[in-house]
Amino acid sequence: MTATSEPTPSQTVGPFFAFGLPFSGGGDVVAPGTAGAISLHGTVRDGAGVPVPDALLEFWQAGPDGQLPTRGGSMARDGRTFTGFARVPTDRAGDYAVRTLRPAAVVGTSEAPHLAVTVFARGLLHHLFTRVYFPNHTEANAADPLLASLPPERAATLLAVPDGWFGGPGYRFDVRLQGPGETVFLDFLGDGAERSSTSAGRGEGA
Amino acid sequence: MPAIPATLGVVSTPPADPSAGSPAREATEQDRVTAEILAATSAPPLRGGHPDRAYGPYRSTALRAPTQPLVVASPSAVERTAPVFGPQDVAPIDADLTIRSTGEPLGERIVVTGRVLDASGRPVRGQLVEVWQANAAGRYRHDGDLHPAPLDPHFFGGGRCLTDDDGRYRFVTIKPGAYPWRNHHNAWRPAHIHFSLFGTAFTQRLVTQMYFPGDQLFALDPIFSSVTDEKAQQRMIARYDHDTTVAEWALGYQWDIVLDGPGATPPDPDEV
Repeated sequence: MTATSEPTPSQTVGPFFAFGLPFSGGGDVVAPGTAGAISLHGTVRDGAGVPVPDALLEFWQAGPDGQLPTRGGSMARDGRTFTGFARVPTDRAGDYAVRTLRPAAVVGTSEAPHLAVTVFARGLLHHLFTRVYFPNHTEANAADPLLASLPPERAATLLAVPDGWFGGPGYRFDVRLQGPGETVFLDFLGDGAERSSTSAGRGEGA
Repeated sequence: MPAIPATLGVVSTPPADPSAGSPAREATEQDRVTAEILAATSAPPLRGGHPDRAYGPYRSTALRAPTQPLVVASPSAVERTAPVFGPQDVAPIDADLTIRSTGEPLGERIVVTGRVLDASGRPVRGQLVEVWQANAAGRYRHDGDLHPAPLDPHFFGGGRCLTDDDGRYRFVTIKPGAYPWRNHHNAWRPAHIHFSLFGTAFTQRLVTQMYFPGDQLFALDPIFSSVTDEKAQQRMIARYDHDTTVAEWALGYQWDIVLDGPGATPPDPDEV
């Protein structure tokens, strides 16, 4: 088995990840009371629009200084270090919430500020990648290669919606796995072989 | 039951017609699911051997698999890096699932070890590996697990470690039991350990399941069988390894994990 560099296939996270993956403070990228903290929250829904109570979301991002964290502590959460990493399960209502800081564009790039997201769930055999962008970066968003490549109604699924929360500024980012308003999900290998529905054809060749 | 050589992890032929040579019986739900599983193998496998998210025999995919094609994107600078974990996040004791309690868990003690590699075969160093699993009786420590099998007060079922400089992880645990689930009548999951992996880039993220060689449930299980390519199926099955076995103490299994997706390659100058 060590001779191969063929990938290990994905399998679903299943229904019982709750005692294995979530960790204390997983949604607290910054501690309560941190200056500039925002809430990022939303609901994960399935193809029938029903909330998904057994999904797990992960977020990875640069800080407001445009730097990506390079030091450990993403689980230990010392209360001072910006780790840039969040992991939150949805609750019984399909809701999640993360407390973090607004990302800046990564130093040395012209990409619009965003969070990278992975979505896991029972019934999802392979996780999904997506991104959260912020609507106030009008110019940067217009120039972002991904957003610019999408029809407006599809690009809109990647934009957080300002809605505030009791603790200060907040953004809503809902995830629709399937159906009307389906979130844009990403394929990074880009060879066209990845696909997610029977409508897209197999595009074999890899 | 005849002995199954450890190397024959995958049932490569359709199971014999259970009614052959015996009085006819009505098709069961499992028969129908098994037929769907076999039918799905006629489609060419997806790149990397990954499952098609819209895999009918696993019923819960019906409303959770996207119907829009995925959008091809270059990984961003964010996605070319990965969350960072260190010794402050993981204690050495976290890699031994058998010593979390005042007593010994019941079941067959095992060692599971292997390397985490990227698509080029390079070791993924110092990265987080997480596992979770059922106990020896096939019961998870989770409120949603309704299988009437006993919980083990001495087994929690979750563990984590960091890979070493060779990309190696090592867990001590109990061999999990098979368990029933409600995909269809008389559905049973083959014994497995859930694994969660990070690479050097966010794009390499992987959650998967490790299986044990020779399991008779493989061909009946829609989740295992969602990987339709036999070679790809083999990559989910650990290998019994007598050199890993610890005398008078635990049986050993080896399982290497290869992460898909672009690694942490620096961007081309004209990309930024």
